[in-house]
Amino acid sequence: MADSLPSFSLIDLRGSAHSFPTGRPALLCFVKEDCPTCAMTMPLIEVVAQALRGGLEVIVIGQEAAGNARLAQRHGLSAPMLDDSELKTSYAYNIEIVPTIVLADARGAELRRFEGFDRSDWQAVVADAAHLAGVPLPRIDWSPYPAMRPGCGSKSVEPGIAERLAAAASGSRLRARQIELGADEDPFEFMFERGLTDGLPVVPPTPERVMRMLAGTRRDPQEVIATVPPNLAPLTIEKVAANAVMAGCRPEYLPVVIAALEAVCTDEFNIHGVMATTAGATPTIVVNGPIRHRLGMNMKIGVLGSGNRANATIGRAVKLALRNVGGARPGEIERTALGGPGKYTACYPEWEERSPWEPLHVERGFRPEDSVVTVFGLEPGPRLIVDQLSRTAHALCGSLGMALESCWHPKLHAYGEILLVISPEHADTIARDGWSKARVRERIQEASARPMRELLGDAEAGEGMTLRHFGLANPSAEALEQRVAKFRRPENINIIVAGGEAGKFSSAFGGWFSGPMGSISASRTIEEAL
Amino acid sequence: MTRIVDPTDERVPLSRTLAARPQSLAGVVALLDIVKPRGDVLLDRIEQRLAERMPGLTLKRYRKPTFAKPAPDELRRRIAAESDFVIEALAD
Repeated sequence: MADSLPSFSLIDLRGSAHSFPTGRPALLCFVKEDCPTCAMTMPLIEVVAQALRGGLEVIVIGQEAAGNARLAQRHGLSAPMLDDSELKTSYAYNIEIVPTIVLADARGAELRRFEGFDRSDWQAVVADAAHLAGVPLPRIDWSPYPAMRPGCGSKSVEPGIAERLAAAASGSRLRARQIELGADEDPFEFMFERGLTDGLPVVPPTPERVMRMLAGTRRDPQEVIATVPPNLAPLTIEKVAANAVMAGCRPEYLPVVIAALEAVCTDEFNIHGVMATTAGATPTIVVNGPIRHRLGMNMKIGVLGSGNRANATIGRAVKLALRNVGGARPGEIERTALGGPGKYTACYPEWEERSPWEPLHVERGFRPEDSVVTVFGLEPGPRLIVDQLSRTAHALCGSLGMALESCWHPKLHAYGEILLVISPEHADTIARDGWSKARVRERIQEASARPMRELLGDAEAGEGMTLRHFGLANPSAEALEQRVAKFRRPENINIIVAGGEAGKFSSAFGGWFSGPMGSISASRTIEEAL
Repeated sequence: MTRIVDPTDERVPLSRTLAARPQSLAGVVALLDIVKPRGDVLLDRIEQRLAERMPGLTLKRYRKPTFAKPAPDELRRRIAAESDFVIEALAD
């Protein structure tokens, strides 16, 4: 007994569903619009459909949604034209060439099949079909048709599409293109040669590793979470997972990488500018909430690098995704004159439990029990601030203010967002005097404010503010004595506590061109797959 | 045999050919300031010299809102619709 053909249910041009098998014999005709042999065959299909109507169903299966309608209209097709633009039925029927004609009995068993156009095959199939339908052999004028004409490639075997259909049919959740390496190729070297790394080795993202990584989230692997500049490419969870594998992440880190990329790809963050600027900025990630402990992130000795897998690989995964999917590659769209270590990775948790103040995410409106990422466009590396001698909050925050004046340039004031990482010993000195974060910011602004006069570029240092910045044309000497704060607003000084218990040092990440015309920090809740 | 999942956007890079270089300058010339420091100084000078040497040209000035972001679509469309040539001052 002949094999049963795969069953299917497809929609015709009027939106009605047609199922196969139908309980009657059927002639299935797989076609696509841009195939000349299909076009040549359409009138014959229509003649056969009319002649055998009542005893046998002629079903046309088209591979392009818009093309199907044109094909049916052009040839006045009365038989149903079913939409297989997803190509699942073509794949299930192993269609390699169109047209492919398949004759099936009432139970859906295959009786005959041929590809392209062959007049003798058609004559044989019409004879069998008429017999099955219980009608006399129709009289068909065969003179317009050649003895033989080859068909065209089925859309279901086109490169890229075939692999996706195979993955879908195998039940795999992966849809990205897969690349097979030669037997003698070293996968690590291959990743370098293809320009897929940041200069350090990456873990080859095999399908097995990507599948394991996807276990870290409940989100659909095909969900598009962002459109990534500068290429404006769609970023799926699957692509995030592949880059997270490469960076060395464990599956439980994946939700942090996803949330950070969602935050980075917002309009206000302006990742295009952050990656393309010649000045050199990098998305810098702060992690808050209970997830820090679950991932074993390091918020103590050496928090800003190196040595902790979660800190290092989460930041790196974000950078690799921006590079590989977004196209931000150094020398291409990434055009920083100098770069910096933060271009590899920049992800730091806050030691909330050691801080005398409310943590960053709570300041930004989240609940303490929320796990949150906050991204900043900052200089690609921290600067150390030494103060081993101050014993009061006033003196220490004065030192911090003086040190922070150097961000970008000491003469450039009215500056935007920075990130100040205060170490536990410095936090203790400030906490002993009972100062709030607001008071710390106020003191930094006070200690770093300078008279306008000192901020103007001159022969000693050409960079600086201009009278135009201050909206002044011919200011009086008195007007130029007016003091200008370093930061546009006190809230631009973002403060977290982290670092080792010993050491009277803090660190700061200078900013980039921040605000609505540049980059604005963004926060996102981390959705864990608990 | 190792297989890897492609971590890129899977797009083949597009190569675009440059527009044909005209032999002469005529019509409307857009002078685009991306608002980097001193870009206006450069464009002022170019505008002055072009006006002197080629009085038949129409010169139109445009500004990006910020150099830190790509030009807004509306601005790009307006420049394309209104001019035949663009001179962009990248500056610093």
